[in-house]
Parts: sequence; structure tokens; C-alpha cells
Amino acid sequence: MAGNTKRNLGEGHAKSKRGTEEPLWAKWTLITIAMLFCLVFLFLPLVNVFAQAFSKGWSVYWHALTHPDSWSAIKLTLLVAAISVPLNVVFGLAAAWAIAKFEFRGKALLITLIDLPFSVSPVVAGLMFVVLFGLQGFFGGWLNDHNLRIIFAVPGIILATVFITFPFVARELIPIMQAAGSDQEQAALTMGANGWQTFWHVTLPSVKWGLIYGIILCNARAMGEFGAVSVVSGHITGQTDTMPLRIEKLYNEYQGPAAFAVASLLALLALVTLGLKTVLEWKQSLEFSRAQQTPPVKRAPPIGADGGIAGM
Amino acid sequence: MSIELKSITKKFGEVTAVNNVTFSVNEGELMALLGPSGGGKTTVLRMIAGLEVPTQGDIFINGQRVNDVPVQKRNIGFVFQSYALFRNMTVFGNIAFGLKIKKWKKADMQARVMELLELFGLSGLEKRYPHQLSGGQRQRVAIARALAPKPSLLLLDEPFGAVDAKIRQELREWLVTLHSELNVTTIFVTHDQEEAMEVSNRIVIFSRGNLEQIGAPREVYEQPANEFVARFIGVMNVLDTEVQGGVARVSELQFPADGQAEGTRLRIGFRPYAVQISNDLNLYPYRAVLRHTFFLGIMLRLELELPSGLILRSRMTKEEYAQLGLEDGREVTVRIRNFRVLASEGSALPPELEASAHRRPTIAEHI
Repeated sequence: MAGNTKRNLGEGHAKSKRGTEEPLWAKWTLITIAMLFCLVFLFLPLVNVFAQAFSKGWSVYWHALTHPDSWSAIKLTLLVAAISVPLNVVFGLAAAWAIAKFEFRGKALLITLIDLPFSVSPVVAGLMFVVLFGLQGFFGGWLNDHNLRIIFAVPGIILATVFITFPFVARELIPIMQAAGSDQEQAALTMGANGWQTFWHVTLPSVKWGLIYGIILCNARAMGEFGAVSVVSGHITGQTDTMPLRIEKLYNEYQGPAAFAVASLLALLALVTLGLKTVLEWKQSLEFSRAQQTPPVKRAPPIGADGGIAGM
Repeated sequence: MSIELKSITKKFGEVTAVNNVTFSVNEGELMALLGPSGGGKTTVLRMIAGLEVPTQGDIFINGQRVNDVPVQKRNIGFVFQSYALFRNMTVFGNIAFGLKIKKWKKADMQARVMELLELFGLSGLEKRYPHQLSGGQRQRVAIARALAPKPSLLLLDEPFGAVDAKIRQELREWLVTLHSELNVTTIFVTHDQEEAMEVSNRIVIFSRGNLEQIGAPREVYEQPANEFVARFIGVMNVLDTEVQGGVARVSELQFPADGQAEGTRLRIGFRPYAVQISNDLNLYPYRAVLRHTFFLGIMLRLELELPSGLILRSRMTKEEYAQLGLEDGREVTVRIRNFRVLASEGSALPPELEASAHRRPTIAEHI
């Protein structure tokens, strides 16, 4: 009797567990839709880029990439990313810290401003800089007098890229920092840590994943930005063409394979950063599971019988 | 480490969180800051730590004014209500953090952390991350971390708030043992009067930013300074009476009120232990019916109903209960051995305080 009851209870439990899940057909329909969508709209186009790039063979591909103008575009793109991403990491951290940890007047305004680059069309963003720094712009005369070039030059491209990619790091960090509160930082302070130590050992590691993700998004956009950069660059071949601009130019000049070759390299850079992130995440989860495997110990704290700690 | 607070006031904008509070903590004491939430007790703790700066008044540690001494230099251990463990660090990393900051030698650090892990029953968990620990384990890591750099003062904010009842009991007893072992001056904040009574040497009671009373658990229980304390600490019968012919009356109950003017209203309070019960229907002045018996381990709590419908609470041991042959529905006689006047006014009495809601059976009743 008792055994029967137990088994029945067990079955009931299993049933109720199944009851909370969706029916099998719904599960597989959803999975299929998601998979198909990714396949058709994400995976196939990407594969096609590589297929087109290699359609005329390896030597054409190699030649397209090593062409001096393409090579200069690649170098410029990497330079722009190398400057704008670190800048935005610093700005993003500062803005996220201010918003998450302090109460101040104008906080709502700051949050809105951070979102501005998302809501403004990149072309408008580019024009903003032209209006400011162009020859006819506010500072144009002064800059010209001092022989400084921003528009139609590398500084303009960097400025536009920094503007466009500004929200990525801050937006990733704000919710994480808000959720974490400032308890951990205060705990560090009570243990004697100064502001810098607290930031380095406590704040930064606790937002590490958000920061890495923000950097990846920021980097992908910095290398891939077209609109704003197109307005400020002036399209000077071999000087102010970034990879996206170079790709467009090649494509418009009917150099399909060359355009796709540069495009494939740009896509590859994005894939590498994504792969890097996956590896880091995998390493972290491995570390967690290894820690989990350590044997559990008895609950009751053994204090009292064998004397305390000296010197406290 | 001895601490002295002199006329401390803390304002957050327009709100006065702590109002002109003065008290001191002696070297080696285990002190509770007790009060309902919003009472200002956590703010006081944070000011002692240096996490908040008083708006007015001075804080002295070992006789030295520390108002301007930053939190890093006060040599304190602080345990946060949320524990605030470093999520990205292992148990070892958490406990070693303060030592790393203080630049301990690697071998010393290792030894110290291992010693604490052993003492706190955490051996074997040093490689785990906080999210892989139970609530009680996290709590102990938080205390171990605070104690690691050998602070001369341990501050705990609602240390047992976030763990379940059984663990809470274990941790309380353990804190008392820990304190007697380490003899480090300890101050903890709690809203649970039972916890404060059981754990501390002395209790400071706060209400709405004011210090209501300071004293040993027995003192605040037996000689509450005011109505708030009387009702917040332990269970109390509270009756509003009116003086007629030198006697304070409510329903059939009478309390001597010598020297009180006719018509004065007195709020009278007495502990359950002051209500004596007899099965001899001629022994005590008031008749009553035993309505309910609540079993709380070896002590029983009794609810008695007078003919007028007035309810009195009493308590006795199982043995006394058996000797008197009591059971629910039984008729008995009662007397009230002693009482306190909690408030008196010519006309209206102040409205009942919130604390009266805390009327669950408590350990205080057993004293």
C-alpha cells in the first residue's frame, strides 16, 4: 500500500511537471521558425559574402585586399576603432557610474543625451560635425587659420565614429551597475580600500561581462559605420576611405569580387570578436562549475571548544 | 574599542533620520541597536562606520573625535544586510580582500583565511563563488570577511534578516559564542526585539530617530522608560482606565491610583507574568474564563476573558498548568500582581502606538 502511494505521488509529480511545459509541437514549431529565420536572413547572406569574395579565386581575393587603396582603408578602419573604442569605454564607464551611483540634477537629461546617437540618423550626425567644423562651419574659420583639418580628414571620421558608438558601452553598463547598487563598493571601503582599488578590484570585475559585450558592439559599429563617416570623410581614395566606404566605392565601380573581398574581411573581424566573447564566457562558466564541484561541508560552525583566534 | 556618540543628528534633506542621540559603547561590549524600521538605527551604525557623516554632533572612538576620519582608516569590520559579497571573487578572495588591501604577506594571508574558514565552518568552500552558497554560508563568509583584517570594532546591519528561522537561531547563538571568543566590540542593528534580547549585553532602542532607552535586556524589559519601549519589548497587556474615587477603573478591573485627580485617564500596562491565576474561585478578586492556551515549548501563553469581555494575557509553565488542572473553557480567578502607568492625561491619551502590533509570543515572555 505504502509503496503504491509513493509511486502514485511520484507519477503525479512528473505529470504536473510536464503540465507546465508547452506541447511538443509548439516547441518544435518555434525552434524551427527561429532556426529558419536565422538561416535565411543571417547565415546564408554571410556565407554568400564569402562565396562571392572567393568566386574569382584566391589570388584575386588576395590582390583585392593588398591593393594600396584597400590596404589604406583597412588600416584607417583599425585606427579609428583603436581610438574610438577606448574613448567610449572611458566615457561609457564614467557616464554609467554617474547615472547608477549618484543622484544629481540633470540625470534624466544625461540619460536622454546618451541615447541621442541611437535616435539621430547617422547622416544627420555627420552633418552636425560638418556644420561645426566644416570650412563654412562655426569653428571652420578658426581651424583653417590654424591649419587644422577635421572635416574630410581622419579627425572628423574619428569624431563621427565616437559620436555614433557612444551609447553602446554606457547602455550595457547602466542596468548592471544599477542592479549591483553600491553595497560591494562600500564593503570594499570598510576594508580599507581606496577609490581606485575599489574601482579596479570590485566595480570593474563585477561589470566585466557587460563591459566586454559593450566593447564588442561598440567595436563592430566603429568598424562598420557608414552613414556618418560617409558625410565627414570626403571619400578621398587612399586617404579618408574606411572599409565600408571602400566597399561601396568598389561595388559602384563594378568590382564585385574586390568589394566582397573587403566585405568578407570586415565580416570576419566581427566574427572574430564574437568568437572571442564566446570563448571568454565558456571559460568563465567552466571556472564556476569547477568551483561547484568542491565537496560540501557540514553546516554547523565548529566554534567554541577548541579556542578562538589569538590577537582579535 | 570604546565608542561615544555626542548629540548626533543626521538629516537627509528635510528628513531627520537621527535626532540628537547620545550614547556610548564600552570596550568588548555586544550591543544591539533596536527599533522599528525607519527608526534611524542603521543610520547610526553607518555613521559609526564612517559611511555617513553626522549633520551635527561628534563621534569619538577611543576618545578621539573621528568625524573627519574616512571609513578606510577607522579599522572596522562591517557586515551589510545584503552581505555585499564580491560576486566576482571566490570565498577565499572575499575573505582575503581586506588583507590584500592591507598588504599582508602571501603566506600570512593564506594562513589567516584558512584559520577563518575553519572557525566559520567554511572549509572546502574556498573556491566557490557567492552565488554557489546557501544563505547561511553567505552570511558566515560576510562575517569572516569583515573579521579577517582584525578590526577593533565589528558592525553588523540586520545580520540575520535574510536567512530562514532555523538558521537564524543557529547564527544568533553562534554570534554570542563568537563574540565571547574574540572579545571584539560588536554593534548590531535589528528590528527583532527577541533577537536583541537574546544576543546583546545592552540594547539601545530607537524610534523615529530618537533614542528611547538604553540598558541591559532585563532592564528595558522590566523597567521600560516609556510606553513605546514597554510595548515594543515583549508582550504587554495595555488598558486605558479612568480614575474614580482614588481608583483607576476599566470594566471590572481596579488599580490603586493614590493621589490621582478624579477623572484622570491612565494608560496601564502589565506583563503576562503579572497576571496570576487560581483554580480556587474564591482566592483572587476577578473571575475569568480561560479561552485559549498557546503552547510555546515549556511555557504556555493563556488568554483569559473577563465577564465584561476584556481579554488578559498570562503565561505559566506546563507544570503549573497541570497542577492547576487547567483547560480551555475552565473558570478561574485572577489577580494582577503589579502594573505600570504608561501614560496619563487629563483628557485624551495619545493614540495607540504601532508597536502594539508586535504581539506574537516572544522569548521576552519567558524571562
